[in-house]
Amino acid sequence: MSVEPSGVPPGEAPRRGAPVRVGDPDLPRTLRDLSRPGRRASSLPALDVPVAELAGEHRRATPAELPEVGERDLVRHYTRLAQRNYGVDTGFYPLGSCSMKYNPKVAETAASLPGFQRLHPAQPDDTVQGALELLWRLERALCEITGMAAATFQPAAGASGELTGLLIMRAFHRKNGDPRRRIVIPDSAHGTNPASVRMAGYEVATVPSDARGLVELGALEKLVSDDVAGLMITNPNTLGLFEEDILEIARTIHEVGGLLYYDGANLNAILGRVRPGDMGFDIVHMNTHKTFATPHGGGGPGAGPVAVRERLVPFLPAPVVRRDEDGRFLLEHNRPESIGRIHGWGGNFGVLVRAYAYVFGNGGDGLREVGERAVLNANYLAERVKGEFPLAFEGRPMHEFVSTAKPLKKHGVRAMDVAKRIIDLGFYPSTVYFPLIVDEALMVEPTETESRESLDAFADAMLQAAREANEDPEVLKEAPITAPVRRLDEARAARQLKICW
Amino acid sequence: MRFAPHTDQDVREMLEALGLSTLDELYAHVPADVMLDRPLDLPAGVSEMELLDDLQALAARNRHADDLVCFAGGGAYDHYVPALVWALAGRSELQTSYTPYQPELSQGVLQALYEYQSMICRLTALEASNASLYDGATALVEAVNLARGATGRQRVLVARTADPRHVEALRTYGVGAGYEPEPFGRGGAVEPPDAGDDVACVIVQHPNAFGVLEPAREVFGAARERGARAIHVFDPLALGVLAPPGELGADIAVAEGQALGNHLNYGGPYLGIIATRMEDVRRLPGRIAGETVDADGRPGYVLTLQAREQHIRREKATSNICTNQTLMAIAAAVYLAWLGPEGLRDLGEACAAKARYAADRLTQHGAVRLTHPDLPFFKEFALSFDRASPLEVRDALIERGFLVGPVVHDSLLVACTERRTREEIDGLAEALAGVLE
Repeated sequence: MSVEPSGVPPGEAPRRGAPVRVGDPDLPRTLRDLSRPGRRASSLPALDVPVAELAGEHRRATPAELPEVGERDLVRHYTRLAQRNYGVDTGFYPLGSCSMKYNPKVAETAASLPGFQRLHPAQPDDTVQGALELLWRLERALCEITGMAAATFQPAAGASGELTGLLIMRAFHRKNGDPRRRIVIPDSAHGTNPASVRMAGYEVATVPSDARGLVELGALEKLVSDDVAGLMITNPNTLGLFEEDILEIARTIHEVGGLLYYDGANLNAILGRVRPGDMGFDIVHMNTHKTFATPHGGGGPGAGPVAVRERLVPFLPAPVVRRDEDGRFLLEHNRPESIGRIHGWGGNFGVLVRAYAYVFGNGGDGLREVGERAVLNANYLAERVKGEFPLAFEGRPMHEFVSTAKPLKKHGVRAMDVAKRIIDLGFYPSTVYFPLIVDEALMVEPTETESRESLDAFADAMLQAAREANEDPEVLKEAPITAPVRRLDEARAARQLKICW
Repeated sequence: MRFAPHTDQDVREMLEALGLSTLDELYAHVPADVMLDRPLDLPAGVSEMELLDDLQALAARNRHADDLVCFAGGGAYDHYVPALVWALAGRSELQTSYTPYQPELSQGVLQALYEYQSMICRLTALEASNASLYDGATALVEAVNLARGATGRQRVLVARTADPRHVEALRTYGVGAGYEPEPFGRGGAVEPPDAGDDVACVIVQHPNAFGVLEPAREVFGAARERGARAIHVFDPLALGVLAPPGELGADIAVAEGQALGNHLNYGGPYLGIIATRMEDVRRLPGRIAGETVDADGRPGYVLTLQAREQHIRREKATSNICTNQTLMAIAAAVYLAWLGPEGLRDLGEACAAKARYAADRLTQHGAVRLTHPDLPFFKEFALSFDRASPLEVRDALIERGFLVGPVVHDSLLVACTERRTREEIDGLAEALAGVLE
């Protein structure tokens, strides 16, 4: 029987009195380790019809080598995995640009109602009137929030929304007999923006940021010409700053016949205060897992609804939800100018139910409060830490702020070391090294759902890390020591590639 | 409902700390011209009970697969979702986390994805899977991008028997990528197309959109001989009984993964499965979890080969995908491990047997025939009717409590999962006879 001391690095004796788990059969690490030939969790009803013969040429020769485990094995295994993971329900998660706000439980209850969860996507419209009305109401609400005319729910995430928007731009210019070549993006943009531009068949033209951290207007004017199809931008931008010249930017792009795309990653900051449509934007995507509190699932699912101005409505992916004169809801498929189909069905409906719960639970007044509390929290936190972690730019932060850990470099401490130390101090760290234009960036987004106490505790942790960098930098470089694992060798993961057992 | 925890005193004191006295001042630098000068035209917020009443009322206006007997297919299926799948995948430490950018706090999600990838590789008999894409249609789009990148060739051939929604998606995305998918084949199953040296990939769905088994081995072999990538659109739950993509000679396998422990959800969230050979691993789109060690030499997991991805490579990335369908992939992994190799086989046998029985039973009626009577099928089949339109038949069957469809190329699809009983199939046969009276 093996003895596995828990929480003690190999080679060190466990501290006297420390718990020792003896021969725990669940210590093996993967489901494959747990697998025993002949063990099985599943049960199926006895076959009540004759066996069907399949021709030999089509048959699988050897069984798929899946784990052979019992139900209890599975429950303990995944419970243990969950315990080795940190979510918003575990604690503060100030990951900049990700809006990791609290995910209301009522939204889960709603999404698991059989009347939503058990709908087949090929059901005729008459049998899904409630689902279509939900989508229709949500579309109306998102259009009001963004100042747009109509929306599609097909994009499964923000990046898919970006590509959808760019294909809409393409269809628009093509219809005008005016194919164009370039899309302008700020140098602070998310990586998805240039990647989407390429997938839409356009070229990227990068516009630099100025000393304020905002789009450099002069450079933009020089960059634009009549081969610019459009511009993609977040506002507030990825530095957490409001693009104060947005109307000039819009005018510059519109004057050469381009369209303005609003990357909704940062919409949380301006809910109920500023609408993309009123800033001159033509196309908007929203990230429901950011702004509308749908759980991100460790990487997905999201949903990336795209809303557009009236003149772009004909190009939306088909089908779209419509209400006829009798108040009946339907999916309209016959849309000759549509760009086509972005998702296999209608998008991540289950996620949209959750977004609906958030939007209508909060209501118009609540959403405005969401935005202002998010901005208040970010500003308060920035104020508390900027002495040690100077803001990358002077302007007033909106829902998030970008600091730099540059002052700690003289101690040999990098932004990543600060992040790892924050883990030991009890929090998920901020985003690091983004935006790319900021040296040693720490991008912090507290969201509106954090109390002043959690902000203070996080600020204390950041300040402690700064102090330690000064006094004992090794503490940061050794961190984390309290997480389920210590720092992981990412270079080795890529070099000695092991992505399958 | 309000989730911001601030008391009035908090707001006041926090503003004071900023040297401000009102929240409006936080927006003072925003140009007045763009500020909304009225409240949003939305209903006021409501309590949780009122909200749930509203949502329950909407849900109650839908017919659904507990209320209708679900023989619907076409890519989404009413397979049984065992209780443990969402009891585990729905654990909030997993569900409320973000993409694992800090691996030390994300070992649960990362290991679960590594195990998902491993099971997909074993299932498909291929060597490299990513951590999921949005759905089956977008997985196919990404497979085409991979094939075009790997071969440096332009043309994309797709079987006419493939899911029409997938072909539509290819047309849409092809506008941006610079190709137009070219359909090949006719009838209920295809033959190897005449693939020239400029063909990047040949796509076959097997079982196809009619449920019919394709001569996939032959088509893939011919495609690879001409240097094209063979793309297999597969049904993951068929692979307990049907030969897997890798064995059939496919280079890239993609699937709609809904059937693996995910609810019907009116079309999403589902997951897109993609797997390929190791030689193309650096062309895979999206997240990939990999095993490594930590500073103490203990095993752990990270996102790997990130140099492929948009946040590093920007416009040179293999794809723009960022958020994927991680939680659905975790559910799929729980489900596959629940099934195990024997369960997977038994389930496949059950689906095939019930579909065979259903096809025989339904076509006992003189006005009902299989659209492709001479071709083998797996768990769904296509019906044609002498005197009625498939849409009319579908609608009339709903009145009698049965959900079938969708209608594909003028044929009505009927799918049988392991959940459908002989009694239900007999009931459907009677209902159909009644409809056709």
